[in-house]
Amino acid sequence: MEAFQTHRGIIATLDRANVDTDQIIPKQFLKSIKRTGFGESLFFDWRYGDDGKPNPNFEVNDPKFAGASILVTRNNFGCGSSREHAVWAVAQYGFRAIIAPWQDRPGGRVPGFADIFRNNCVKNGVLTIELTEAEVDTLFDQIQRFKGVEATVDLEEQRVILHVDEEIAFHFEVDPVVKDHLIRGLDDIALTLEQADAIAAFEATHDTQMAAAIT
Amino acid sequence: MAGKTLFEKIWDRHLVKTMADGTALLYIDRHLVHEVTSPQAFEGLRLTGRPVRRPDLSFATMDHNVPTTSQDRMTIRDPISAAQVEALRSNCKEFGITLYDLQSDHQGIVHIIGPEMGITLPGLTIVCGDSHTSTHGAFGTLAFGIGTSEVEHVLATQTLRQSRPKTFRVTFSGRLPKGVTSKDMILKLIGQIGTAGGTGYVIEYGGDAVRQLSMEARMTICNMSIEGGARAGMIAPDDTTYEYIASGDRPFAPRGEAFDRAVANWRTLPSDDDAEFDRELTIAADQIAPQVTWGTNPGMVIDVTGRVPKPHTVPGHSVRDVEQALAYMDLTPGTPMTDIKLDTVFIGSCTNARIEDLRKVAQMIKGRKKADHVRVIVVPGSQQVRQQAEAEGLDRIFTEAGGEWRYAGCSMCLGMNPDQLKPGERCASTSNRNFEGRQGKGGRTHLVSPEMAAAALLEGHFVDIRQWTP
Ligand code: SF4
Repeated sequence: MEAFQTHRGIIATLDRANVDTDQIIPKQFLKSIKRTGFGESLFFDWRYGDDGKPNPNFEVNDPKFAGASILVTRNNFGCGSSREHAVWAVAQYGFRAIIAPWQDRPGGRVPGFADIFRNNCVKNGVLTIELTEAEVDTLFDQIQRFKGVEATVDLEEQRVILHVDEEIAFHFEVDPVVKDHLIRGLDDIALTLEQADAIAAFEATHDTQMAAAIT
Repeated sequence: MAGKTLFEKIWDRHLVKTMADGTALLYIDRHLVHEVTSPQAFEGLRLTGRPVRRPDLSFATMDHNVPTTSQDRMTIRDPISAAQVEALRSNCKEFGITLYDLQSDHQGIVHIIGPEMGITLPGLTIVCGDSHTSTHGAFGTLAFGIGTSEVEHVLATQTLRQSRPKTFRVTFSGRLPKGVTSKDMILKLIGQIGTAGGTGYVIEYGGDAVRQLSMEARMTICNMSIEGGARAGMIAPDDTTYEYIASGDRPFAPRGEAFDRAVANWRTLPSDDDAEFDRELTIAADQIAPQVTWGTNPGMVIDVTGRVPKPHTVPGHSVRDVEQALAYMDLTPGTPMTDIKLDTVFIGSCTNARIEDLRKVAQMIKGRKKADHVRVIVVPGSQQVRQQAEAEGLDRIFTEAGGEWRYAGCSMCLGMNPDQLKPGERCASTSNRNFEGRQGKGGRTHLVSPEMAAAALLEGHFVDIRQWTP
């Protein structure tokens, strides 16, 4: 997995909430048995018209976002299906980081990203960043006002810096486990296989029919 | 010290080790595999030369791509779908995994065949590269969907690294009114908490209204937990659960003395009376009306007696989101939901294509005809369900009403096979997602219960089934 330390690139906007993985990569592209080639199909139904040409009204197609590698969007991005193809499409399009707001709601904090999607991102070296709604609004405003705005994501320092006239920086929180994984580009399976003895010992006493210790 | 929740008990029983970084290494008892999310995982194993650690704990079938008409079923015409199905065959063979192939009596939607065959049992951990794995939680099982990288991780290690989710108890108090189903309960909940409201939580459903539900109905609730953002939904096992497991032909369920021992063990699973949850919510089941979605996510839902909402009146959604949804759905605010005319009715999916769902539909439409302009497709969740339905003569009720009776698969729930909506077509669907294009590009989906779908197919529009006689 590609390690993530700092990344600087053009930041694009997608002003929609609850973008589900069916939109990120529609079903017809899930038939592939390969792990590559999904970038072209990212946001397919929004991105292309019926004639197969890029849809000029789709925000991410705006020429000022050409070559973008950071995306800022609204909350609950990546909800729905568990398809990792969605993250492959995001990554292969060239996005290294996605920013979405968390929200305060009765009952607690609603995250910017859906669970499985966020998990899949970690496995593919894509950083998901949650900011407050006000901070995300600022990003949208600034990006709208200028052309080809760039941002730097510094994972070590947990900062997003927007390179406009006067630089604007935001701090973000990140799960230390996720941070460590991304920075070091760790291979999860290799790490777990180091625990083979512990797994074997557990198996020796675990009844997978009763889901309980063997008595 | 407070007691433990059902979730905590299962979690603790499967904890291999707490890693230095604080994550749990969790043992997985069952891994369900289907053709769409597994090929890249098997490819990963091949590239690294890693074997499958416990092929005996993995079970595979094909469901997403499978054509559901008899003439197409065995020879899939779409070459890319065919290649994916073929890849599953050769991967299962190479790695020694049991596969319920197209000609098997047990082929079907992965979340339907697990419970049906006794693969799903209380207290287990079950994962699958599919978000609706939450379905299996109806048995008091910790079951959740994973991505393809995690599929590979489970194949190679039979474990997953997980951080511990929070717990959320949803209590449905009182009795469900007549004509209201478990589908309406879960849609009501999602309407209330929103599609992200359960993110980070495992939901345990309880209360009198849940206790009174059959296993099939409980599976419908747990199935759609993911639509509320929760990774998993669970219902504590009880006599209803044990009776379901003891009944029928379930080759993997314990029998005889082993069953008795298992039940004694399962009885220790329910949450202790003094267990504490991170969050609690109570919903009065007796106040729930039949639900219909009007928008493009399952949280955009309303009572059947309601009207298409005005953009600024929908809590939890921005005006823009609602406007976009209404434009896509081609709906005008103020329109009574019962005025919405339908082109297609789809009865199927892992949410509502079990035998009980088909019986209910059949009972309501028996001897009647569908509305002329409506296309009706009935897709059983598994070949077992299909055979059972045919043994009971349900298939004839569907075809005599003018519907199409199909073979098992995901079908029009997501249209990876030839069953799709055409652009602009409007569908009442018993499935779980009304996302843009989900059932076919430009297709418009309204999620409902099987009973609501049955009445809609006769009338050609939605009706309040509580006040309705055919
Ligand atoms: S029926 Fe639909 S939701 Fe269920 S597994 Fe198949 S595609 Fe997914």
